Amino acid sequence: MTPLIETRNLNVRFGGVHATRDVNFTLAEAELRCVIGPNGAGKSTFFKLLTGQVKPTSGQILFRGRDISRMKPHEPGRLGIGIKTQVPSLFNGLSVWENVWLSARRTNSAVRANQITGETLERVGMAAHRKTLAGLLSHGMRQWVEIGVVIASDPPLILLDEPAAGMSDSEVARTAELILEINRKHALVVVEHDMNFIRMIAKTVTVLHQGAVIKEDTPDRIMSDPLIQQIYLGKKPQ
Amino acid sequence: MNRFAQSWMSAALVLAIGVALMFGLPGVMDDYTLLQGTIYAVMALLGVSLGFIWGFGGILCFGQAAFFGIGSYTYAIAVVNMGDSTVPFMLAIAVPALFAAILGYVIFFGRLSDVYMGVITLTVTLILFNLINSTAGPEWKIGVAPLGGFNGIPGIPTLNYPGKVDQALSPLELFYLTMACLLITYLGLRCLISSKIGRVIIAAKENEQRVLLLGYDARLYKLFSFTLGGAIAGLAGCLFANWGAFTSPTIFGLAQSAQIIIWVIVGGLGTLVGPMVGCIAIQWLTTQIGTQQIFNSNLVLGGILVVFVLLVPRGVIPSLGIALEWLWTRLMPRESSSSPQTVTAPPIAPSRVPDTAPATMVVVATDEEQAA
Repeated sequence: MTPLIETRNLNVRFGGVHATRDVNFTLAEAELRCVIGPNGAGKSTFFKLLTGQVKPTSGQILFRGRDISRMKPHEPGRLGIGIKTQVPSLFNGLSVWENVWLSARRTNSAVRANQITGETLERVGMAAHRKTLAGLLSHGMRQWVEIGVVIASDPPLILLDEPAAGMSDSEVARTAELILEINRKHALVVVEHDMNFIRMIAKTVTVLHQGAVIKEDTPDRIMSDPLIQQIYLGKKPQ
Repeated sequence: MNRFAQSWMSAALVLAIGVALMFGLPGVMDDYTLLQGTIYAVMALLGVSLGFIWGFGGILCFGQAAFFGIGSYTYAIAVVNMGDSTVPFMLAIAVPALFAAILGYVIFFGRLSDVYMGVITLTVTLILFNLINSTAGPEWKIGVAPLGGFNGIPGIPTLNYPGKVDQALSPLELFYLTMACLLITYLGLRCLISSKIGRVIIAAKENEQRVLLLGYDARLYKLFSFTLGGAIAGLAGCLFANWGAFTSPTIFGLAQSAQIIIWVIVGGLGTLVGPMVGCIAIQWLTTQIGTQQIFNSNLVLGGILVVFVLLVPRGVIPSLGIALEWLWTRLMPRESSSSPQTVTAPPIAPSRVPDTAPATMVVVATDEEQAA
């Protein structure tokens, strides 16, 4: 069966920096994968490659078998790749409703977009704040609104870059539940540092280090792996 | 922008005032003052064209006067050649729109930054100014219409009823037409802003990257708003040529370009009424200062503008809107507020908070213990 997304020997260089090295990554339809790695591992660059914000130096990105590695910046979104960025990226001067509506409206009629927007805001728990300007929301709420923006367009693939960053324990738990609920229908790739959060949502974790995939395994095995401990903590394997 | 400014009630209020002025002013004004009213409305239309692309599209164009001038010259040249003004009127809108589309394509699809946007539009305006200025000789003509160089084109035939060359519009009819153009443009832009296209244009100003990630081609929406702004400025240019039956290269000048920006700043960025109010206020002030001999008019005007920008940086209309909203909330009982601080959890959220510590912290503790 054709994977939802597949990268083949993906490389990107910024001058002398080799940010992504021969990344081979495969994700099936409706799969949930967590990606971890220390700062500078290339996680965000990997997301930027998948969403067309950065063009690969070499290699391929296949979305349902179609090469999307040279697409224009708006085309991956059109195909159905949604992303929640590390720093919430919203339209601060527009209301919560308008933020989600713009996402729903791209592929739906105005009436249907209104309906989807209402349902999405209920789903992410932001219905009470629909008239509030996005720029006035707290960090956690901005994260939820951005998740709402992403799911409103019903993309088959959702990329979440640190969705639980800066959240309290209760907010983290709520976000994990929300992600699992979204995963019933959508495939997700989640970049996160919080291993407890990863345990709550993921069956498989991919570890990136210095731009390369160094391991793919279950969260428990990843966490007990001496190499991963060394990478994260600078501890030498026993 | 406050809620009243965004509401259809504000649009209805503006239209009501506009219609009242349109039909009320001719009854109380003599012909000369009515001509003044016409030029105010023409300039207000030019102000709205920049107010739309800058305030809603985030495109600071230093060359709006270029489209204004092209509209004016297109009408003049076409009507001198054709006689009937129907097609020249349409050309005066279409040609500047086409010019804006070509210029916008180079800028937006060439991914030039905002700084270059300003430089290019200003340069294009100055090139047109110099180009038209150097067309003084009799050899410079298009069809039978001499370009006139720095002397401009005098005696431009006024608009006539479609297909009836001998039935030219009277000054009163030109006033009605200009006001109608202004009000229809305002209403059309309000409808556009409320539509999907308008919201994407505003969203692209707010966060272009997010617009792209949603799958909208931001460049197309910017190009559309820039082209529309060019078309409106061209329409204003056509009406300007009709108002004085004359056009000259000075309308491409630096002063004209700067003036439009000042109207928008004074009236208020992010509104459509603001540029109209700013334009009329500044134009009126300029005229009034020009009637006295004690102070240099440019000095007084400059001083007023500096004081204004420092004290009312948002502009007249947004500041007025904020004051009215403040007054409204004071006078009216408060609605149940949805404060950002009151976090509502997603409905599928679990009631229990996990009591296990984050795994990463466990690893850190183990490491520290080992180190100890």
